[in-house]
Amino acid sequence: MKLIAELFSISLGAILVENFVLVRFMGICPFLGVSKKVDTAVGMGLAVTFVMGLSTLMTHLVQRYVLEALGLEYLQTIVFILIIAALVQFVEMFLQKSVPALYASLGIYLPLITTNCAVLGVAIYAADTSIYTVFTAVWYGVSAGLGFLLAIVLLAGIRERLETSDYPKAMEGFPVALISAALLALAFMGFSGFNI
Amino acid sequence: MKSLIESLRRGILTQNPTFILVLGMCPTIAVTTSVVNGIGMGLSATVVLIFSNLFISILRNFIPSKVRIAGYIVVIASFVTIIQMLLQAYVPTLYNSLGIFIPLIVVNCIILARAEAYASKNSPFLSALDGLGMGLGFTCSLTLISAIREILGSGSILGWHFASSGIGVFVMAPGGFLVLGSLLALFNYISQKRSADSK
Repeated sequence: MKLIAELFSISLGAILVENFVLVRFMGICPFLGVSKKVDTAVGMGLAVTFVMGLSTLMTHLVQRYVLEALGLEYLQTIVFILIIAALVQFVEMFLQKSVPALYASLGIYLPLITTNCAVLGVAIYAADTSIYTVFTAVWYGVSAGLGFLLAIVLLAGIRERLETSDYPKAMEGFPVALISAALLALAFMGFSGFNI
Repeated sequence: MKSLIESLRRGILTQNPTFILVLGMCPTIAVTTSVVNGIGMGLSATVVLIFSNLFISILRNFIPSKVRIAGYIVVIASFVTIIQMLLQAYVPTLYNSLGIFIPLIVVNCIILARAEAYASKNSPFLSALDGLGMGLGFTCSLTLISAIREILGSGSILGWHFASSGIGVFVMAPGGFLVLGSLLALFNYISQKRSADSK
């Protein structure tokens, strides 16, 4: 029962209260770059969620049983980014071979994920072995990915509607996306302070 | 000397990483809550840019092209780790306020983009200069955004208070998106007006 409460609180925190994109400002580049259409936004969000889950598993295990065991915590940044890059490459090759349909729909987004700072960010947060166990770390990673999915789909929905509306020419592209994101962030501030 | 001026002009004005290329948005929005943080982040990224460009340019003929991105990331991550240790040792207050965004310099797209687009094709000297120009351009943009946010949000500049309080929302999440979006719109407006005038 205590575990369920903890898992719920982790999910609530990562998806709403401390949303990785809108509250912690991570993964803004794909958030702005791949949010023109809802379909592609869903694809990107799912790919990120998948990679986040896998990478937090790997990085948490490495942190717990390699880096901390050997006293090499200062190598965290280098080791984590290499794990993520290798993992993304591996996922890409695996999907290409065994699930070509999924690969075709996610294909172009997969390599982009390596430079999504939310993936490295969640790996660094989840590597705190004093707070997370292996299981809760992965749960945290997947929740953070779902938070990203929620934010990018919301923004894509807004941008699809904005396409037909009339606004100053200077606002086209990034400025209008950023202002919409500001309004979304304002809405998400309503969740701040939520705690269980 | 000529190439120095050229790379500074390119980094700060014509190819400004934040306002023209729209790269490296995460630290741009996240750390610009005060001018000190903005300048600290900008200068840290500048140092990483100069050294990673220099080393990648020196190694450009030795790194096989198939694994070059992984190679670049290792070089960049090494310098980021060095910067992280230096900040922790000598400016602990800045280290604490920048927090997780120091290790996240590794995935700042500006650095990888310059490595791929410039340092892998040019001489070490020119690449280091390009890193300096781009880094200072990034620093200038961060300083501008953080000055606006600090003045409006906390009613202070460089920590000196001229008002007892500010409009709090500007130092919180929505303010970052709003200020950056408005500035981008302003620069778009100026450049559109200029190109319309010249026709």
